Parts: sequence; structure tokens; C-alpha cells
Amino acid sequence: MATAELPNYGAVSRRRKDWGRALIAAATVLFLATALLQALNSSGLVPLGLRDWRPTLYAYLVWAVALGIGQVMIRGEAGLRALFILPAALFTVAMAIFPTLFGLSIAFTDWNLSSLTGQKFNGFDNLVQLFRDPFYWNAMRNMVIYVLFVLVEYAIAFALALLLNAEIRARKFWRVTFLIPLMLSPVAVSWMIGKSMLEYRYGPAARLARWLGVNNPSFFTDPWVARLWIEAMDAWVSIPFVMILLLAGLQALPREIIEAAKVDGASPWQRFWQIVFPLMLPVSITAIVLRIIFKLKLADIIINVTSGGPGGATDSVSSFIYREYRDRSNVGYGTMLAMFYLVVIVVFITTLLNLLSKRMRRMT
Amino acid sequence: MAAEATAPTLVVTETGAGARRTRWLLGRIGIYAALVFWAFISLFPVYWTVTTSMKVAKDVQLGHIIPYVDFQPNWLGWRSLGLSPDTIGATSTVRDEFLKRFFNSVFVAFGASGLAILIGALAAYGLSRFQYKFLWMKNQDISFFFLSQLILPPVVLALPFLVLYRELALLDSTIGLILLYTLTVLPIVIWIMKDQFDTIPIELDEAAQVDGLGPWGTFFRIILPMALPGMVAAFILSLILCWNEYFFAALLTSSEAKTLPVMVASQTGSQGINWWAMAALSTAAIAPLVLIGILLERYIIKGLTAGSIKG
Repeated sequence: MATAELPNYGAVSRRRKDWGRALIAAATVLFLATALLQALNSSGLVPLGLRDWRPTLYAYLVWAVALGIGQVMIRGEAGLRALFILPAALFTVAMAIFPTLFGLSIAFTDWNLSSLTGQKFNGFDNLVQLFRDPFYWNAMRNMVIYVLFVLVEYAIAFALALLLNAEIRARKFWRVTFLIPLMLSPVAVSWMIGKSMLEYRYGPAARLARWLGVNNPSFFTDPWVARLWIEAMDAWVSIPFVMILLLAGLQALPREIIEAAKVDGASPWQRFWQIVFPLMLPVSITAIVLRIIFKLKLADIIINVTSGGPGGATDSVSSFIYREYRDRSNVGYGTMLAMFYLVVIVVFITTLLNLLSKRMRRMT
Repeated sequence: MAAEATAPTLVVTETGAGARRTRWLLGRIGIYAALVFWAFISLFPVYWTVTTSMKVAKDVQLGHIIPYVDFQPNWLGWRSLGLSPDTIGATSTVRDEFLKRFFNSVFVAFGASGLAILIGALAAYGLSRFQYKFLWMKNQDISFFFLSQLILPPVVLALPFLVLYRELALLDSTIGLILLYTLTVLPIVIWIMKDQFDTIPIELDEAAQVDGLGPWGTFFRIILPMALPGMVAAFILSLILCWNEYFFAALLTSSEAKTLPVMVASQTGSQGINWWAMAALSTAAIAPLVLIGILLERYIIKGLTAGSIKG
């Protein structure tokens, strides 16, 4: 980043431009050559004795730095501006776009890391197997249920935000208290609640259930009860997040309108449904969409509490694929499952956003 | 976050007070009852975990809940971690293991958050101030490109990274985890920082340019110090997310780079009903974050609400 102190940026001589172009070209050649040599090395055609792909990684770094310097040399001030965005862009390309494309190439192969045969292209076999896999579709159906529960989380979070926005004493104390579950790691929560408080013999929840007259309480044997408890744990961790967004929205509401409604004699119930709720719609939609996006990643709690059980009733797509790899080392098929899930998510989220923005436009 | 909204004090006049006053009182009681109820829901699991770490087998089986009233606190759980007062001086392999995981987590969380802030703040400033055009992509598209990474679920990247990291000799290394975690928090950092830079008037940049500062001088000397609250917010939020991350860590680390969540998870099965030890471990794992949550709540809320309230 030392290029910031270059003299007389702005005007760029032709010579400097040419040198810049040459630098980028040289770095590109270096990078491609390294990658090619590595490919030859790992395929065994040209044994160079390289044990890993680190050289290519370093070549990419060199190329990235050269690209940055070259930009400044060629485009002067505009290049200096491009430098701001280049690190993040190159990082994202290397760490998200490339692995995703690489994943696509794995998805169409038969590859089990624990077997000796190695990677084998098998066309659409994985995809066919996917459509026939009842456990995968079971996990998909569970995801639909989990996502629908976001609305319940939203309702609770809205109620809590209204509480915190009411005229109460020690507001900060309550806010910090309500925020604490958000800090905790899902893994710790899995133990604290899932394995300890919901333990069927000594856990406080079982004790409470027995006191209420339930014989032999168990929380993870009935499919729906198990699903509900997984959802409850996830909700416990994430409701504060939705609540904070909604609270900020409530505090940004124009006070005059609510005061005016009060003067007009609207009851609190009417005030909420006819003024507060409609005004809060944009914030609500942001909160719900963000929450859905995070919900679609749900895995940690399921992996640690039920491992998908009983009979796959609590499985999320992520936890299912996790076990597909952990128990069977089935990289090829697992990647196909993940890629298919990604496509479903992207289609779902874009449709959702489109529908919402159309709806919003019609209302305003 | 503006300071507590100063609520207009309710003045109850003597005329016609009766019925309205009882209703107001009932409303008050309802609100505080709901607050206490949810505070109980939020805190009881934490309380349960902390107290369980001081119980012995008998207390667990008999369901004792309140220390000193129905059970005598005992250091059993903390002793098994090597962190009780009487074992803190002695050598303990469990404690060494715990500390190793703990510092792995610290290193990974700080490393990833720092890297994400560095490249995220730069990108956010660029997107907030300059007009870019790359192929067909303008500023809005580039912002969307960064934000859209947020919907990428970890499973999609996990298996390709498993293979890639094996080839790059980055499996089971903290550097590998740092790179991945940086990727997962980068969209959030860019979002928060861009929101922060957008609130700083562009006239400041122009004045700095008149004074002869280039874009980088303007950024580091003038704008960045002003964006400090947003940076702290983004940093803390990333710290929390990285500290708690389990999925990648479980798949990509084995012995050397294992982080605290993986250690907590790996104990649950093997230890049977060794509750006090598990509770002590969980307490130790969540304590730093609970502290951060209490002390830096202002920044966490600032980070969470960045950019969502503009409508």
C-alpha cells in the first residue's frame, strides 16, 4: 500500500503506461506459468517435486500486487482509487467465486476421499441420485418448516421491541439482558439447553414437565417435538437480532404522527395496526429477509444436539451434508447436494426480494 | 444509538383519575411482568450453566438450583478444567488443552476481524466516494456483489475448501481459518462501514483534496478517524461471529488449529454425564462474549442496525 506517496499522480506519461502494462502482463504470465507447471506436476507428467499448491497461491498474491501497482502506473489517480476496492474484490474472487466454480467441477464427479480410486467424472449421476434421495428432500422440507418459523420469531421479537420502546425504567438494563443470548455460540447453547436443561432425567425442563403431570418427558423422540425444540433453541439465540433491528426502527418513527393519533382518540390497538405496523414494514422486511438468510445456514445446533434425529426429523440441509461428508467422506455427492441447495436458495431469495419490492412499490 | 429516549413524564391529573389510573397501573404491571418473564428466559440457561459448574453429582440428580440455599457450591467442575483456586498453580494437561483452544480462538477471531476490517473499510470507502465501472458493473452492482456473498451457505464452500486446503497444505491451520472467516464477515463489515462513510459529508474529502492530500491521504488522515465508531462496531460484530463459528472449524481442523467451539462440541459425547466439567467448559467459552455483550452493547447495536433503518 506504499504506492500512496507516488509523485504527481494525475498526469501519466506514456512511458509509465507502457511499463505498467508490461508489469501486469509479466505478472499474468508468471501466474499462469506457475499454475500450468503445478498442474503438470500434480498430474505426474513433469515431476517437479512440489508437494502442495502453495507456489500457485504465492503467484496469485504476486499477481494481485502487480495488478495494483500496474493500475496506478497506467491510470494515475483513477488507479489510486481502484486500489481501494481491489483487495476486497480479489479476495472475494479467490475465496468465494473460485471455490464455488471449483466445487461445481467436483459436483459432477464420483469422489470419495476415503476410497483409493480418486476423482472420477460421472456426469449427471449425482444429480439423479439427489432427486432420488429421500433424506435430502426430507431435509429440504424441514428447511421450509424452519424458515416458516421465522414469522413466529418475528412476532415475538416485535413484541419485545415494543416492550423496550415503552416508557420503562432501566431500559438499558433490559436491553442488555435481552441481547445476551445473541452473544452465545450455538455450540455452547447446544450443550447448555439441548443436552443439559432438556436432559430427560435430571434436566430442569424434564423436572418441570413431570411436575406439570407429564410422565416420562422426552424432548427429542417425537419428530414434531424435537423439531420444535431445535427451532426454540435457534430462536432463543436469534430473536435478539430481529428485536434490535425492530427497536431501532421503532425509535426512528416520526413521533408527531403517533402523538396526533393519540390526540384523535385512537386506542393503542388501533394506533399499532394502523400507524406503527405499516410504517414499520420496510424495517420488518429487512429484518425478516436477513433472518431467513441466516436461517438457511442453520446447522450447528442440529449437528450437536440431535445429529438430525429422530429419523431425520430435525435435519437441516447443512447438517445433512455435514454428515454425508463426516460419516461417508463422500465429497462428490456432498458437493452436488450443496450446489443444488445454493441454486434453490438463490432462486428463492431473488423471487422473495422481487415480490417484496413489487408489493412495496404498489403500496407507496 | 441515541441516548435513552427521554419519555415525557406522565402527569395524572386528579380529575377523573380513578378508572384511568387503575388501567394505567395494570398496563405498567403487565409491561414489567413481560420484561421480567423474558429476562428470565434470556438469563436462566446462562445461570443454569454457571451454577451447574459448581455442583456435584448429587446436586445434579436432585435438581438443586439455588446455590447456598439447596446446595453447597463446589469447585469440582473447575478442578477438572484445572482452573479452580487449588489447581490453578499446578500443572494440568486439561488446562493446557483448554488454553490452547482458547488462544486459537482468540488468534483466529482477531486475525479474521482485523483483516476483514482492513480490506472491508477500504472497499466501503471506495464504494461510498468514487464511481467505479468494471465491465458492466457500476458501484451498485459491485456493492451487491459483495453483499450477495452473505447468502452463500457455509456448506457450499466447506467441501471445496476441504479439497483446496488439502492441496494448499492449509488444512488444520489457523491461517486457513482466518482466511475463511474473513470471507464470511466481509459482507457485513462492508455493509456497516459503507453506512458509516455515507454519513460523513463529502465536503470534508473535497477540503482535504484542496489542501493537497491524495485519495489515500484523505482516507487515512481525515475520514478514517471519523469513522472509528463504525469500525469498532464492525470489529466487535465480526469478533462475535468468528468466535462462535463452528461449521468450518469442525470440518477443516483436527488437532493443531482446533478452536474452542470444536473443543466444547467434542466433549459432549465422550464425557457421559460429567455435567460439572461440561458446564465449566461452557461457562469459560461463553464468558468473554457475555462480558463483551455487557460492556460494548452500544457498539453491537450500532453494528446490527447499520443501513437497515434508511427504509
